[in-house]
Amino acid sequence: MAIPIVYNIRSVRARWTSTIVAVLGIAGTVGVFVAMLSLARGFQATLVSSGSPDNALIVRAGATSEMTSGVSLDAVKVIQDAPGIARGADGPLVTPEAVLMAPIPLVTTGTDANVELRGVSPNVLEIRKQVKIVQGRMFQAGLAELVVGKNANTTYSGLTLGNTITLGSVKWKVVGVFDAGGSSFDSEVWGDSRLLSEAYNRPATNFQSVTVHLTSPAALSQLKDSLTSDPRVNLDVTREIDYYAKQSTSMTTLITRLGGFVAMIMAIGAIFGALNTMYSAVADRGREIATMRALGFGGPSVVFSFLIEALLISFIGGALGCLSVLKLNGLTTSTINFQTFSNLAFAFKITPDLLIMGIGFALAMGVIGGIFPAIRAARLPVATALREL
Amino acid sequence: MIRVDGRGDSKSLIQVRGLTKTYRRGGEEIHVLQRLNLDVDKGDFVAFMGPSGSGKTTLLNLLGGLDVPSAGGITVDGDEITHMSGSKLTHWRARHVGFIFQMYNLIPVLTAFQNVELPLLLTKLSSSERRHHVETALSVVGLRERMNHYPRQLSGGQEQRVTIARAIVSDPTFLLCDEPTGDLDRKSADEIMALIEELVGKHGKTVLMVTHDPMVAARAHTTLHLDKGVLVEASQLEQGVVAGGVA
Repeated sequence: MAIPIVYNIRSVRARWTSTIVAVLGIAGTVGVFVAMLSLARGFQATLVSSGSPDNALIVRAGATSEMTSGVSLDAVKVIQDAPGIARGADGPLVTPEAVLMAPIPLVTTGTDANVELRGVSPNVLEIRKQVKIVQGRMFQAGLAELVVGKNANTTYSGLTLGNTITLGSVKWKVVGVFDAGGSSFDSEVWGDSRLLSEAYNRPATNFQSVTVHLTSPAALSQLKDSLTSDPRVNLDVTREIDYYAKQSTSMTTLITRLGGFVAMIMAIGAIFGALNTMYSAVADRGREIATMRALGFGGPSVVFSFLIEALLISFIGGALGCLSVLKLNGLTTSTINFQTFSNLAFAFKITPDLLIMGIGFALAMGVIGGIFPAIRAARLPVATALREL
Repeated sequence: MIRVDGRGDSKSLIQVRGLTKTYRRGGEEIHVLQRLNLDVDKGDFVAFMGPSGSGKTTLLNLLGGLDVPSAGGITVDGDEITHMSGSKLTHWRARHVGFIFQMYNLIPVLTAFQNVELPLLLTKLSSSERRHHVETALSVVGLRERMNHYPRQLSGGQEQRVTIARAIVSDPTFLLCDEPTGDLDRKSADEIMALIEELVGKHGKTVLMVTHDPMVAARAHTTLHLDKGVLVEASQLEQGVVAGGVA
């Protein structure tokens, strides 16, 4: 049987001043690690939740995003007749959309931020079923009316319900606020597609994308085959959820790598803290270790015991780090979406698996910080150490 | 019977033959033990005396498998220990040796019970069996009532009693005591020696003890002096004769 774990628990408690240095170092590192990953996770979740598996997003072939795409009215007509598209009371569930940018001041700083204006069809709520009007009403086709996402409503000046705002050459009235379930649409402003294009002197017959509601998720291939083989159009068809997942990749990769780099730099410091704590634990307890060895506990038992102690310290640090950033969960922040150059609000998303990763990261630091002192402990010359004061 | 001439019979519990320990300090060789012989039978109680640096503790460490000799051999209960690997020696110590240290060497964060239980964690005894053994050992040393106390809550004499309980709990082949009363006042020292005598007389334990104190040494069956790296019986020391023929 190994050296009892109660020995390590009480030793850690008895040497709390030294232990606390390592605990805080690991807690800080894990806190940053989890916070950065939760930022990436939140950004990704916001974009991915914008898409639905029942919808397909159609852009010009080769376009990497809506911003680099163009779909003509003729192409829209071809799309409306394509198979696999669900139909509503007023015809096929298709929304040709014009995507524009407008500088609107932020409430917090007063500085302009790029807000994504999306010209949509009036039936858009039948296609994007996660979007609900929570205040006011939907805009009416042909009128200079806007509905704004719940984040846009609180983030930008002048987007409050009932307010009038000048966008392009037109004065628009905010008639509704919608909740898009935490997706990127919550940061957008929606209005009549034709009027929005005209307000910015853009042809009303040209769109950036077309989103369609499929009869079923499986109908995507039917639609895709039809449109990609039709010589009249040159389009790419993607499941909407896949499109948004792809859109999130570059930013989440950037945040994850940046966060990983910062966490790694901090981890090096934390590991040195743990090493220092554990080396001093070994130095202070030379006689105890030698006594255990004299009683018959083997070298592996001593290594295991000190590793357990290092893991205990790192677990406490990891748990503290996770707890300290838990309050960030749900906190909304915003950044530029590099795919659209618009300001995108999203929330930190701390999930159970992130917390487990944080604890795992802490334990890894504990193993690295504990293994060398543990080996030193096992190699102490027993006869000499027994007589240490 | 204790002999230092290397002529003891093969039935001796502990047989030491030609034991040599040499340290190298700087460029100089220090011969601490030189071809030392010793035979100890089961139930013997022997005290080792000698000036500081004479090699008493080195001898105890070698007998306890905590150090390896430069030459010579030690056989305990038929096991030749000097050629055992480190891990084998560790197992052997757990089974055969009970250590009693001058500074007690109790683990400060463990209670008296947990300290005494430590050697039993290396056995296959169940938790309830371990409890029974620990309580018995603590009863022998008169500290059953204080088994939940931490070392800092005990007097020096009581700490040494716990150490003795820890040394005997696994019923080892022999006990090694390194200055067991060196840190105690006279009264406590007497009590500890009475306890060790009881372990020898009543429980048949074999005890090898290092001490500076002649009054403590007088409690042993035999006192051996370490002189110039070999063991000498008190009578021979007075006559200037050293075992092995080296004066």
